[in-house]
Amino acid sequence: MSADQLSQPEPERRRVVGIFLGGGLLASFACFIYPVLRYLVPPAVVDLGGDEVVAAKLGDLKPNSGKIFRFGSRPGLLIMESDGTYRAFSATCTHLGCTVQYRNDLREIWCACHNGLYDLNGRNVSGPPPRPLDVFDVHLRGDDIVVSRKREA
Amino acid sequence: MAFLRNKLRPFSAACVGLAGFVVLAACLGYGQSKNSCLDCHGALPDPLGVSQEKFSQDIHAQKGLTCASCHGGDPTSDDADKAMSPKAGWKGKIDRKQIPQLCGSCHSDPAYIRQFNPSLRTDQLDQYRTSVHGKRFAAGDTKVAVCTDCHSVHDLRAPSDLRSTVNPVNVANTCARCHADASYMQGYSIPTDQFAKYSTSVHHEALAVRGDLSAPTCTTCHGNHGAAPPGVDKVQNVCSNCHAFQAQMYEKSTHKKAFEAAFLPGCVVCHSNHGIKHPTDAMLGTGPDAVCLRCHNPGDKCDQARAGLLSSLRRLDDANKSADSLLRVAESSGMEVSEARLGQDQARDSLTKARVTIHSFRTDLVDQDIQAGLKIAAQNLQAGKDAMVERNYRRLGFGISVIAIGIVLAGLRLYIKKIES
Amino acid sequence: MFAALRRWFDERLDLDDLTAPLRHKTVPTHRLSYWYFLGGITLFLFVIQVLTGILLLLYYRPGANEAFESVQYIMTRGRFGWLIRSIHSWSANLMIFTAFAHMFSVLFLKAYRKPRELTWITGVLLLFLVMGFGFSGYLLPWNTLAFFATKVGTEITGQIPIVGKPMMIFLRGGEEVTGATLTRFFGFHVAVLPGIATVLLLLHVLLVQRLGMSVPPKLDVQWTADPSAKREMKFFPNFVLRELMAWYVALGVLGALAAVFPWNLGVKADPFVSAPAGIKPEWYFLFMFQTLKLIPSKVWFIDGEVLGVIAFGLIGLLWLLLPFFESDQPSHMKRWITGLSVFALAYVAGMSVYGLLAK
Repeated sequence: MSADQLSQPEPERRRVVGIFLGGGLLASFACFIYPVLRYLVPPAVVDLGGDEVVAAKLGDLKPNSGKIFRFGSRPGLLIMESDGTYRAFSATCTHLGCTVQYRNDLREIWCACHNGLYDLNGRNVSGPPPRPLDVFDVHLRGDDIVVSRKREA
Repeated sequence: MAFLRNKLRPFSAACVGLAGFVVLAACLGYGQSKNSCLDCHGALPDPLGVSQEKFSQDIHAQKGLTCASCHGGDPTSDDADKAMSPKAGWKGKIDRKQIPQLCGSCHSDPAYIRQFNPSLRTDQLDQYRTSVHGKRFAAGDTKVAVCTDCHSVHDLRAPSDLRSTVNPVNVANTCARCHADASYMQGYSIPTDQFAKYSTSVHHEALAVRGDLSAPTCTTCHGNHGAAPPGVDKVQNVCSNCHAFQAQMYEKSTHKKAFEAAFLPGCVVCHSNHGIKHPTDAMLGTGPDAVCLRCHNPGDKCDQARAGLLSSLRRLDDANKSADSLLRVAESSGMEVSEARLGQDQARDSLTKARVTIHSFRTDLVDQDIQAGLKIAAQNLQAGKDAMVERNYRRLGFGISVIAIGIVLAGLRLYIKKIES
Repeated sequence: MFAALRRWFDERLDLDDLTAPLRHKTVPTHRLSYWYFLGGITLFLFVIQVLTGILLLLYYRPGANEAFESVQYIMTRGRFGWLIRSIHSWSANLMIFTAFAHMFSVLFLKAYRKPRELTWITGVLLLFLVMGFGFSGYLLPWNTLAFFATKVGTEITGQIPIVGKPMMIFLRGGEEVTGATLTRFFGFHVAVLPGIATVLLLLHVLLVQRLGMSVPPKLDVQWTADPSAKREMKFFPNFVLRELMAWYVALGVLGALAAVFPWNLGVKADPFVSAPAGIKPEWYFLFMFQTLKLIPSKVWFIDGEVLGVIAFGLIGLLWLLLPFFESDQPSHMKRWITGLSVFALAYVAGMSVYGLLAK
């Protein structure tokens, strides 16, 4: 074989290999870098985390009324008493797990499933519930009514 | 002397030990009223025998009472004749007809009971006199229950004690001793299948199996000392103590007036009294569990309403099921859908509420709850769909990267081959 | 341009001199030389861990109140957070697997013999560290399984006589597993362990570079007798390119696992609920865990669990010092060690499977 013939396929093959390798490397790097770059940009929603939630805004609730809100993975109950103080509890009844509600006629928390009653401290006062409701902290932050879990160790 | 001195130390130790033991025994004995009855009766066979062990479980014994407190006689005397002499007030075996009166002699005396437990009720005897048992007893029937039949005797425990025959978890068994005994109940015109039926009920399962003490047993609905069936027109009062929402709905419904006029016992008509099973949507259907068709004619206005109610419930149930299954698929493919999963709780709550509102027998009210639930279920179904879309997007992205990786691998292989040729 | 840059550095640092050993390094090729890739793959996965770990650090919040929620945030809201986190979790498991495989391959190929004792020692220490990484990292999402696995694991540490209790308190940051444990484990996982691992890794790799690749004993004998029979390839670029292929395959596998089997979140840990039935540690601890379960509760007068823990400690120490038990001369010790290696592999594999399947 002459030197000419040998050198002909060589650069051609070199180029093919080069394209394959170079192109492949570029593509794979793009596949790796793209998610990382998107990841580095913080999303719009800055979660307050599961231990704190904006349950409502000022003015959402009327005195002597209650509202169900989502707290982490469970429902919560926010109550505004007639004198304007806010109270928040876990809204899961400790008897069989139904969602409780605020009764403004009784001024107590009532469970419709089996007539359980809790007072405004969350204590189970009547009916089947065996334990009090979990009590949450409430504070105002500007216009937001923020409910958070009680501080633990 | 030396001999004694060596032995003196262990000897004095033994003396001190013995003295201590005597003091200890005396202390233990102190406060225990002398009860010579058990010296003999503790060793006698039935029916005269009451062992010390058995009697020590009795709450009366723990409070300091002795055999003589009920049976009379002289418990301090070791002489059988003196102890069991009529002069000492000995009554012997208490006649059945005397039992309520005897128990009541203390338990209806508030001043006396206050010395032991000021919050203990003292109206049991009065209540008993109003009960079916008490009334028949007053008429001379000795087969009916008296105090000791339910509360046991000689090992009588407080109701709060789990081993007590009148503790809520045991009450049904205690009542069933007579009321489920067909041969014993012969001559009375009431059925004997209540306990059998109750054992299949959802209340029994809650109380005896799950230990939920708020679930009813016989005495919850019938009363304990004043035990009597509630009465046809008062049944829903009894049920409404726990099932208040349903009772409210029923109160305002057309069925209440209709059932009252027909002297039908409200809740029991559809739900039965003792064998109360967990209600199902099939009760609104046309199959064997159907309750509406027992009275209503197929095709009439009410039957059409029934069909409407059933289809509404079924619609929400189906919507929930499809949302749940899609979310489950999404979750098992690795998508994070816990928020939607939680949202389904609310959808399920809506269905439960709709099922309660059925007791108003008004399609418009039920539809309100159904619509609310359908909206939530639709949202969550959409969340599931979005999750599946995201999942497919991920798999596509992964597929692309696999292709890129494949190209690199092929390229490397070629390159290696090249430089090694 | 590339060449110009290279020249700039070369003028100042004499790069040629530095890279000379690398350029001259050769890798023996024989029937078993595929096993040589395992070390590099482990290193590659470690680098992946560091990179994804740093990325996770941007969003993770250590602390009992926030850890779970921050991981949930990464998985659901962070863009491609699910990918970064799943790769981190899968790569961790893969790395521990390849580390074990690497150790066993070195064991069977007898690459720990003189003069490579120090390489073995640093390697075994790295293996322990890697398992420590796994143990500390597992707790960080603060879910129920992790919480109780940590509880059981540290409890077992506490069984070591004399030093066990203080060690347990040191690990837990207190008597019980609490938020303090989480903070501590976080510190271990991102600072302490990486620091020690980097030093050991550098030593290990430097030693490998310096001492060259070991060859199985029989082959060694053959090649010393007849040097012309030696088969080898250049490290750079031939072996490196092949290694690169292996790394890309690993990347593909990781991507597949992350996309098709994303790592799950679990349920947030609640210290007050009772442990779920059948709590098990991660798979790489299973063989030890299962062994402890099988030991009777009292052996002679010693508590069974204490005996197990001491036994494993001793075995670990012996494992570390393995090269010193084998001398150059062919001896029955060599056969003992081969037999022991087979037994060890069978035991670890068998016990792990048993632990997986057992209730």
